[in-house]
Amino acid sequence: MTARTDTPSAGWRDWLTTDTPHSRAQARLGRAWAGWAAFRRNRLAVAGLLIVLALVVVAALAPVLAPYHPYAQDLNGRLLPPSAAHWLGTDAFGRDILSRLIHGARLTLMIVALVAATAPLAGLVIGTAAGYFGGWVDTVLMRITDIALAFPKLILALAFVAALGPGIENAVIAIAITSWPPYARIARAETLTVRRADFISAARLQGASSLRIILGHIMPLCVASLIVRTTLDMAGVILTAAGLGFLGLGAQPPLPEWGAMIASGRQYVLEQWWVAAMPGFAIFIVSLGFNLLGDGLRDVLDPKGD
Amino acid sequence: MMIDIRDLRVRFGQGVDTVTAVDGVTLSVREGESFGLVGESGSGKSTVLRAVSGLNDEWTGRIAVAGTEQGPVRQKGFYKLCQMVFQDPYGSLHPRHTVDRILAEPIAIHGLGDADARIDRVLRDVGLGPSFRFRYPHQLSGGQRQRVAIARALVLEPRVLLLDEPTSALDVSVQAEILNLLRRLRMEHGLTLVLVTHNLAVVANLCDRLAVMNRGRLVEEMSVEDLRRGAAREPYTLQLLRASQGYDRATAESFRDYA
Amino acid sequence: MADNSPLLDVSNLRVAFPTRTGMAEAVRGVSFTLGREKLGIVGESGSGKSMTGRSILRLVPPPGRVSADRLAFRGEDLLAASARRMRDIRGRRIAIVMQDPKYSLNPVMTVGHQIAEAYRVHSKAGAAEAKRRALEMLAAVRIRDPERVYDRYPHEVSGGMGQRIMIAMMLIPDPDLLIADEPTSALDVTVQMQVLAILDDLCSQRGMGMIFVSHDLNLVASFCDRILIMYAGRVVESCRASELHAAQHPYTRGLLASLPRIDEPPGDLPVLSRDPAWLEG
Repeated sequence: MTARTDTPSAGWRDWLTTDTPHSRAQARLGRAWAGWAAFRRNRLAVAGLLIVLALVVVAALAPVLAPYHPYAQDLNGRLLPPSAAHWLGTDAFGRDILSRLIHGARLTLMIVALVAATAPLAGLVIGTAAGYFGGWVDTVLMRITDIALAFPKLILALAFVAALGPGIENAVIAIAITSWPPYARIARAETLTVRRADFISAARLQGASSLRIILGHIMPLCVASLIVRTTLDMAGVILTAAGLGFLGLGAQPPLPEWGAMIASGRQYVLEQWWVAAMPGFAIFIVSLGFNLLGDGLRDVLDPKGD
Repeated sequence: MMIDIRDLRVRFGQGVDTVTAVDGVTLSVREGESFGLVGESGSGKSTVLRAVSGLNDEWTGRIAVAGTEQGPVRQKGFYKLCQMVFQDPYGSLHPRHTVDRILAEPIAIHGLGDADARIDRVLRDVGLGPSFRFRYPHQLSGGQRQRVAIARALVLEPRVLLLDEPTSALDVSVQAEILNLLRRLRMEHGLTLVLVTHNLAVVANLCDRLAVMNRGRLVEEMSVEDLRRGAAREPYTLQLLRASQGYDRATAESFRDYA
Repeated sequence: MADNSPLLDVSNLRVAFPTRTGMAEAVRGVSFTLGREKLGIVGESGSGKSMTGRSILRLVPPPGRVSADRLAFRGEDLLAASARRMRDIRGRRIAIVMQDPKYSLNPVMTVGHQIAEAYRVHSKAGAAEAKRRALEMLAAVRIRDPERVYDRYPHEVSGGMGQRIMIAMMLIPDPDLLIADEPTSALDVTVQMQVLAILDDLCSQRGMGMIFVSHDLNLVASFCDRILIMYAGRVVESCRASELHAAQHPYTRGLLASLPRIDEPPGDLPVLSRDPAWLEG
């Protein structure tokens, strides 16, 4: 038994961890608290969360944090190495790399958010419908998924961008369109494991419609593994976006997109290494952050090991 | 007649893999009666129950509930008449729904008002206070979960309760509590019960009449008084009775397969 | 029996699992001795009955910890035995049969091959000899057509037959002690009785000791010689199986009373009210 203390925080903790919640909100918060307590025990996951939060803060406060305007050129100060005036050096147009990275965080976050909001959702709808209805619905939806999966991701994204024209919005659309099939497969697999469960039968015997069962009973059970997968995939999304940017098919100059920044630094990579290395380092950190966060979320949301 | 089943047949699979799970079962249950359906695994007893409940739509024959002929696909109103409780209390409650959500769902589906009062009433009815209302299933014991499952079945105020091995996953002391609860609910609400089980003692405790099934067929119907006196006609039923009386070396030797 | 020393001597056996709030004890000081007899361990879920059975073979899943003042099999201290020695004891000297054969049989090996393999590991016999012994063993657990079953895969046999195959596999090295953990709970009553008859015969013919872990009071009372009743990790009562109906402890009496009976008229069953004092006594 732990000794009870009368500090207000202990009171809150008791309220959150009680076995007898008195309202819907308390039950929900208590559950969230238990998840957070489990998450907190994984140090690396907390580090990942801090990196992702830092990305959000930097993106939100970009104009305040950036010491220079991201487009401000200084042709006399081209390709300067890191110094007190320019912490991360300057690029071929004399623009401050740190400021461009800080503003680039907005683009990265936008790409991540847009892909995360579209592809898993599409996959969830397609996968749960295929898994729940089975039969010809399953066959049709899964063959479409197979076809989409058969294309190499970057090549398909290239094709879409080529068709839609280069630009960051089209890059996002291309990435989203090429990345839903794995989510559909996961959602379908999860659906197949629960659709014969007694609690689904029970819902049918309440007279619940298929839509209600999929939305209210099946999707909540698929969401956990999709969130984990999405988080882990975000590193790949950032890299794909950077790859498209690098190939000149994503963000267009002078947008400070990290991949495009690496591309513009590649001709100086031997003498002025920081021009390409700094954005590369930013991509590395943020990708790592999402991977660590994803691993931690898996422990909390998807405890299959237990 | 509350439930009237004529020549029910259920087949699974196609072609050479076809398995006849239920092979021409005819039986009826009177209103207010508690009826036991007994058999070993593969006897088809649960399949009969699932056909009546509307969970299984691949059957032929005739099923009438409360005088209304039922097709394979049920009308929404049917579920207000007839509800079911499952065997495994760990599998029959959605792991991410609170008790409140589990009980509110049927009320919302059928557009019944006054959800708060109904949920409180039904929770009290099954012997769980309002303090259980906002808990998740993982915060409940097996017996408490089964009470929630019974509450979910009762919230629509059905006239028929189908019970699929409702106590076989529970400890004996909890089984006694659930059996007592079911008996009380039956009296208070005038429920018709159909209890599927392999346990003759449970049938003897809760039912008025029973039918014994083996390999998809109905072996015999009898009253619980006859069961208590061991007055079965069929050798298969007598063998089941002997097997239920504990281990005996000589008796075990005498067992045979009945086709 | 010439050898009068007990097969198994257990004193103050404890099994503990670390949790966030400290150590939780699943078994709290269980003591008993076992001769060449059938000892039943009965209790409800969470009573520690399965953990007691497993801890004898040190099969408690990590991070669980087993401790005891004495845990001796024919005088040999099992807690001090090396991992290698334990492997040798498991299977050859002490066998264990669990509830569900599906998880204990290798799905990609024919059942006959698995039984023969179990024999060869412990006896260094040749392949032909092992197969002959395996077929004999299948016949001993009353499988009607051993030759045909020998070449089946686990998914091709029924639950009752799977459990008989498990028993054949565990008993082929001729162990001195069998730990049966709910070996028949997943089976139909008639099949259950047939499997028990096989165990019964093997015990009496080979002079094997048996620990029979079960939740089923009536079954244990009719099958075993002696019974331990466990509650919350402790043995609250032990008695001869034939005298279970005269049990003294209120927990045992409550359990017996809460069982529905075929020969009693319908009516409310007495409900067990748990006395906190039982936790300590």
